[in-house]
Amino acid sequence: MTAFAALLRKDLRVELRTLRSLPAMALFAVTTFVIFRFGLDREQLEGELAAGVLVATLLFAALLAINRLFVAEREEGGFDLVRLAPIDRTVLFAAKASALAIYLTVLELIAVPIFALFFLDSVEGLIPLALVLLLANLGLAATGTVISTIATMSSARDLLAPLILLPLLVPLVIATAGAGEHLLAADGPDYGRFGTWLALLGLYDSVFLLVGYATFDFLLED
Amino acid sequence: MIPFAAIDSAEGYVAGAYLVFLLLLLIYVAIMASKLQRIQRELRSLGELAESPRGSDVGRVREREERIESVREEARR
Amino acid sequence: MATALGSITLRRLAATTVALLAVGYALAFFAAPEDADQGYIQKIFYLHVPLATCALIGFMVAAVHAIRHLRSGDPVHDARAYVSIHISVIFGLAVLATGAIWAKGSWGVWWEWKEPTLVSFLIVFLLYATYYPLRYAIEDRDRQARYASVFAITAGAFVPLNFLAVRLAEPLIHPRTFSSAGGLPDSMLFPFLVCLVGMAALWATLVWFELDSKRTSGDLARIRRALEVTA
Repeated sequence: MTAFAALLRKDLRVELRTLRSLPAMALFAVTTFVIFRFGLDREQLEGELAAGVLVATLLFAALLAINRLFVAEREEGGFDLVRLAPIDRTVLFAAKASALAIYLTVLELIAVPIFALFFLDSVEGLIPLALVLLLANLGLAATGTVISTIATMSSARDLLAPLILLPLLVPLVIATAGAGEHLLAADGPDYGRFGTWLALLGLYDSVFLLVGYATFDFLLED
Repeated sequence: MIPFAAIDSAEGYVAGAYLVFLLLLLIYVAIMASKLQRIQRELRSLGELAESPRGSDVGRVREREERIESVREEARR
Repeated sequence: MATALGSITLRRLAATTVALLAVGYALAFFAAPEDADQGYIQKIFYLHVPLATCALIGFMVAAVHAIRHLRSGDPVHDARAYVSIHISVIFGLAVLATGAIWAKGSWGVWWEWKEPTLVSFLIVFLLYATYYPLRYAIEDRDRQARYASVFAITAGAFVPLNFLAVRLAEPLIHPRTFSSAGGLPDSMLFPFLVCLVGMAALWATLVWFELDSKRTSGDLARIRRALEVTA
């Protein structure tokens, strides 16, 4: 547990000091919103379109972050040091996934209000949507950590991670967009299938957290 | 109830689907055949490699025996 | 000895495959009644659905081999996982092609985005297509095998989840799905099952065949190394 805390603190402190990923991610999200604003030529969005714009933007911003997650670690030789340390490797998985989930949450704390400012009439649907996004972040963090570890060790790291992750994240995108579509409906949030989507997100999270936990050891072996 | 043309084209689509599957199988077989050829080539070159040192020794010994034989024959004359 | 035994059973398996497929498709075309709703075009069902079922089960089989590979570290299991995915991807290509032809024949379009089974299958196919660039991007043999196994396990867990998610996304306005084998009358179900078993046998034959080919190449490389050392 202390090893987990130390690793997580290290990742967060590195990000706070260097500000390598988060500002770029937020900037990317905002720019994408601006492009959608002009591209769609709409004063406000609701329902399917609103959910689609939000989820697609967050997804691509997240892919940027995931690619960054292990690059510094590998370049500076952090992996080798962790390998040498007498700690369980799955602790590293937990720490990396938590760091990624925290990055994504911070990104959403910046991007979603800007999205609301640009496109939304009422912010009523955003509160239940926060729960959906939190669950989605967890799933993204689980698959993202596993796949980006694979990608960083390969010779095609920038290409490979998005290539594998995009299809792998489809269930998450479907669930988030499906819930968002009803929560951002023009006539106020509608909780029709909210439970179904939350259950799907929960299932996705638990499956891939388990897969990551079980396989991460093999990714770090030498 | 179904117009004749529709049945006709339905048969075409069914035939097309089965043909596509057969075609894919054939492409697979062709690729595997080229792999088999590579294996055969490798096997032949390995055979040559396995035979060459001993083979040349045998040849040399026989050559020498033949020369000795011919010298002996000349000496007998 | 072992390889001789292997080749005999491979021969038997291949013969069984041919017999099953011949009987299955003869039944499908000459014994099964024409579908009242869809007409003759429904005959694609006997090809398309067994292919899809075998491809998906093949992906699962690959995940099981991958788990065994990570547990034992034996490269044989990695080769099995690789070949299973390879044959399933080829089957998947056939699924997409026959599915598109079926959609064109019965709905007049080459692709139907509202058909959840077809869309799920496409996503699964796209995911497994990345298996090849993943393998080629990692130089080290052991690491490549290990990472490929982690991918195979992750993707294997993804397959059922994805089908669930895509099906939930469709509010079930399309009752006519491709794989509703449950509602088939017996006169169609039996030929379908024979085709399904035959297709599974074909999958197994191709996997076995390619594994034998791979093993032979490996043996040859080993013999070459041994010969070059002694020469």
